[in-house]
Amino acid sequence: MIPSSFEYVAPTSVEDALAALAEAGDEGKVLAGGQSLLPVLRMRLNAPEKVIDLGRVEGLRGIREDGDTIVIGAMTTHDEVANSELVKEHAALLAKATAEVADPQIRHRGTLGGAIVHADPAGDLGAPVLALDAEMVIAGPGGERTVAAKDFFTDLFETAVGDGELLTAIRIPKHTGWGAHYEKFVRVAHQWSIVGVAATVKADGGTISEAKIGLTNMGSTPLRAASVEAALAGKSASDVADACSSAADGTNPPSDLNGDADYRRHLATVLTSRAVAAAAAG
Amino acid sequence: MTRITVTVDGAKYSDDVEPRTLLVHYLRETLGKVGTVVGCDTSNCGACTVHLDGRSVKSCNVLAVQVDGHEVTTIEGLATEAGLHPMQESFHEHHALQCGYCTPGMIMQAIDVLNTHPDPTEEQIRLGLEGNLCRCTGYHNIVKAVAAAAKAPGAAAVSSSKVGD
Amino acid sequence: MTTRSIGHSVQRREDPRLVTGNGRYLDDLGRDALAAAFVRSPHAHATITGIDITDAWEVDGVEAIYTFEDLDELMARPLPVLIPHPALTHPRTCLALADTEVNHVGEPVVMVVARDRYVAEDAAARIVVSYETKPVVVGVAAAREAALAVHDDVPDNVAAHLIQEVGDVDAALACSPHRLTIPLTIERSACMPMEGKGVYAVWDRDDASMRMWSSTQTSTGVRAAVAARLGIPLARIQCMAPDVGGGFGVKINHPWPEELLVPWAARALGRPVKWAEDRREHFVSSAHERQQLQEVEVGFDDDGRILALDVKVWHDNGAYTPYGIIVPIITATQLLGPYKPGTYRCEFWSLYTNTVIVTPYRGAGRPQGVFAMERTMDAIAAFLGKDRTEVRSTNFILPQDMPYDHGLMFQDGRPLKYDSGDFPASLAKLKALVGWDDFAAYREQAEAEGRKVGLGIGCYVEGTGVGPYEGGHVHVETSGQVFVATGLTSQGQGHETAFAQIVADELGVRFEDVHVTTGDTRRMPYAVGTFASRAAVMSGNAVAAAAKVVREKALRIAADALEANPDDLEIEDGVISVKGAPDTQISLSTVAVLSNPLRYAFDDAAKAATQFAGTFDPDKPPVAEGDEPGLEGKGFYSPTQATFANGMHAAIVETDPVTAEIRILRYCVVHDCGVMINPLIVEGQVHGGVAQGVGGALYERMAYDESGQLLNASFMDFLVPYASEVPFIETDHLETPSPLNPLGIKGAGEAGTIPVSAVLASAIEDAEGFPILSMPISPSELWELRRQRASAAAHSATTEGDR
Repeated sequence: MIPSSFEYVAPTSVEDALAALAEAGDEGKVLAGGQSLLPVLRMRLNAPEKVIDLGRVEGLRGIREDGDTIVIGAMTTHDEVANSELVKEHAALLAKATAEVADPQIRHRGTLGGAIVHADPAGDLGAPVLALDAEMVIAGPGGERTVAAKDFFTDLFETAVGDGELLTAIRIPKHTGWGAHYEKFVRVAHQWSIVGVAATVKADGGTISEAKIGLTNMGSTPLRAASVEAALAGKSASDVADACSSAADGTNPPSDLNGDADYRRHLATVLTSRAVAAAAAG
Repeated sequence: MTRITVTVDGAKYSDDVEPRTLLVHYLRETLGKVGTVVGCDTSNCGACTVHLDGRSVKSCNVLAVQVDGHEVTTIEGLATEAGLHPMQESFHEHHALQCGYCTPGMIMQAIDVLNTHPDPTEEQIRLGLEGNLCRCTGYHNIVKAVAAAAKAPGAAAVSSSKVGD
Repeated sequence: MTTRSIGHSVQRREDPRLVTGNGRYLDDLGRDALAAAFVRSPHAHATITGIDITDAWEVDGVEAIYTFEDLDELMARPLPVLIPHPALTHPRTCLALADTEVNHVGEPVVMVVARDRYVAEDAAARIVVSYETKPVVVGVAAAREAALAVHDDVPDNVAAHLIQEVGDVDAALACSPHRLTIPLTIERSACMPMEGKGVYAVWDRDDASMRMWSSTQTSTGVRAAVAARLGIPLARIQCMAPDVGGGFGVKINHPWPEELLVPWAARALGRPVKWAEDRREHFVSSAHERQQLQEVEVGFDDDGRILALDVKVWHDNGAYTPYGIIVPIITATQLLGPYKPGTYRCEFWSLYTNTVIVTPYRGAGRPQGVFAMERTMDAIAAFLGKDRTEVRSTNFILPQDMPYDHGLMFQDGRPLKYDSGDFPASLAKLKALVGWDDFAAYREQAEAEGRKVGLGIGCYVEGTGVGPYEGGHVHVETSGQVFVATGLTSQGQGHETAFAQIVADELGVRFEDVHVTTGDTRRMPYAVGTFASRAAVMSGNAVAAAAKVVREKALRIAADALEANPDDLEIEDGVISVKGAPDTQISLSTVAVLSNPLRYAFDDAAKAATQFAGTFDPDKPPVAEGDEPGLEGKGFYSPTQATFANGMHAAIVETDPVTAEIRILRYCVVHDCGVMINPLIVEGQVHGGVAQGVGGALYERMAYDESGQLLNASFMDFLVPYASEVPFIETDHLETPSPLNPLGIKGAGEAGTIPVSAVLASAIEDAEGFPILSMPISPSELWELRRQRASAAAHSATTEGDR
């Protein structure tokens, strides 16, 4: 299967990319790492007239510190994120979740920004970004704006990135010293998550003082398990199951070949419990 | 058409390509390097794995225009006049292939596994190959071949040092 | 002293080209050929009301667009029913391109030929086919109910109905002390070779001849089928199978519509044409297999001895029956495995559904049959509270019973008569390998850790090496190099290696000097194909026979030259010498020179064979009466019946008590394929077979929705296991030689796959403590079973007790 014809532009600056996007209008499609987009184009589920490749835009790639924040360029690959010492130290949850994305080849090519904007509810990076209270930096014709992760994912494959806009960076508040674990439930290792739980906890002498939990594929967008987070505060790290029992509350998981919604709700509670325990342990 | 210049297996090529041309088709149809094969439409099988600037990628999931100015190594660029690459040798020795169709991609990814884990555990090998399907071998001998190759000198290296044009 | 090559783990001849990317698969050929793409039906059942191709012609680079209307009389006929059978009373096959009706999603409707595949797909996307949809039949239950029909003239959807019975089953059931009824389900899966199908054809207009290549398991079959539909004499068409990227059964069915259309278009256009199937096409238009509903009724005594076995099978054959009813016949006959029930009856219905056709997939009906038999064995053991291996032993056919005739007709139309096997010995080996008797202690320990583990077992017998025949051709060139051809094809089985080993031994030459070609009708036009684990048995014995012919001729010529008695000569490493007088010798290359008297000296070897070289006796004709020039020979092997390989597998699984994940901790195989030509290759076949079985048991299923759409037509959603899912396989071998062929070999290709669903069901059942009656099984399904179980009454919902 082969994509339909399209025009191709490879701008070298954000300004040029925005201009290309504006010119293409509805017929333009942004190409980041392409690991989700290319299969879609090959199956001709999408046939854009113009593809705007961000691969040559200066400054969209890389990871840096900015005070209490880690800033990750949207075009930074999964492999770079997962292996970044900065990310491992200050946003361990994202490093761990990113290491679970697809397979090595895809991690070498796919990008954090691409995955976030693709907003596949079964994708692994929405939940940790949400749990870490990240902020998304969006560039548009009117300049730059920042959107909190909780406002970013609006629906199935939909985000706050508007027409003519680009996600340029993800800003993550440092969670230095927080334990983290991404518990991914799949049948074959490189599959999209059936359910995933991203948990990061601040524990002090065996007691959890703060927990942040994001859920993958439990609704049309990544979700926070807010009631679990509240219940975990002050709990012993060795006894989290009860606090995690409400993980599926308020979720609306899909039913598909890998399991129905009931099974996913069941998994969500079990996996949350496992993820929190593992996060608290390290 | 877009002009691209790519180094493939140590030789430099310049060609006009349609932007939609997949890297694997550029390699196969334009350059005639048919050693890299296609096994699926959805980037799940890994048969088309090549190295792009030294890291493994699925060449059916990359556009040829994206590799303009970059360096690609395929299965055809591994063996030298001195003989097979240690990973190729190990696949042969351990009967890690049957029909051979997944083999080019599997070998390219196996080399990448050793780049990442020079002394891999069984689990690291298996997870390192999690994007490559084989329908013949049950992976049993593939895992053994990669583990054995890890003991051979130079198994993680690729020989893209051939003279370009 | 030459060491025999047979029996040694010789490294494969095929590998050097394949590990370097120098293999040549179908799509690697014909770089300048035109490319074909197909418009396929998006509907499972519909009437075609119109086809508009005008837009497609606008695409630059389009060379031809064909619909049914364009086909000539021969090409417009329905595809052949390859294996007719008296019970197949309502065979139906598709057309090369659909005319008025389509019966499954993916059926080809329009063919586009263009400059390249990119252009061909662009044009295909612009073709508008209008349909009026019809109600669809999906699944065995709907087919059986027959409220709707796939084919209007087959209102009950029954393509075939067959009963085979040995003994009086009803009477035996009536007087059995215990009876159980067991309903079973197996779902659809598919071969999924990494390389899809593909065809490349070159028509030589001046010579009026065709050369074609197909990624097929039978190049002779494709050649004959194309010759028939294109109206070409066999002498004017040759077909080659290049390197083939896996088959597993799907490439034995032929001719596929594309296998006819591509050469037909190549002739019409006078240009080479190629089609390489993509993965999506493979999912919706190549064959599937496995789906059956079964009902087993079994009567047995207090020891677990089966007195009566009554099996009903409803088999989903998809929309058409080009490959006949081979699959359900094999289910019905091979179900018996290593056992001898007192009486046996199997009745099957082969049913039409609006889904992709069903043709053999590795195991070919056996996995389903073994599932029925082995689930029954476990049910009997559970009912009687006996060890599962004890019940199996009680029912074994014993070595002294061999040859054992079941009194049934097998898939080759010949008696189902086992030639060899030692089932008690195999079981003893398996129990030792897996540690059967120590498992209770292991389970106890696991339970103490809060883990659930289970041990499962499955036994099977596999009819392998079915006829009618294969041939071999062996030619010793004057270089001393030996060239061997056999007509069946290779898809990764290592034939170039295994057959070279056989010829090296039979002829007395070095393995390195033997070169094997398979699947090329130019080299061996008489052949059947690679299926039913038959290649080693059939072509192995055929090339051995051909090597013997050459050996005898070589000894005769050498005896003449050395003035010795042929009986006193031996051949080692390509040198013929007098036994006990090794200095009196002549090389095989010299014998090859002498075998072919020449007039012209085109090289030094030829010079020695020319008329003034003084090499030949002037009183004899250069070629003796009845003899032929050249050191070559042909041999054919045509057995009276199949050989029967067997195996026993055991697995230990762990099921997560909370998530219901299923993990295989150990997988053990004891395998008996008689004499092993190359243990390395045999083990590889077993490993791969088991992995495919694991896929079929835990991961793979073709999920159709009620409208006949395949919901998971890609590797994204159809889960094939990766290295991350398949464990190491532990193997042991028993070699009971087949008495039926000179080499003592039995087939090995399908073995690994056959019992895996039964074994894993057995192990999961053992872990969970309730019956597993449907495979494949996913974690969510196991979880659902647990949930139903927890809320259901205590008695088993699925088996009837003593009555």
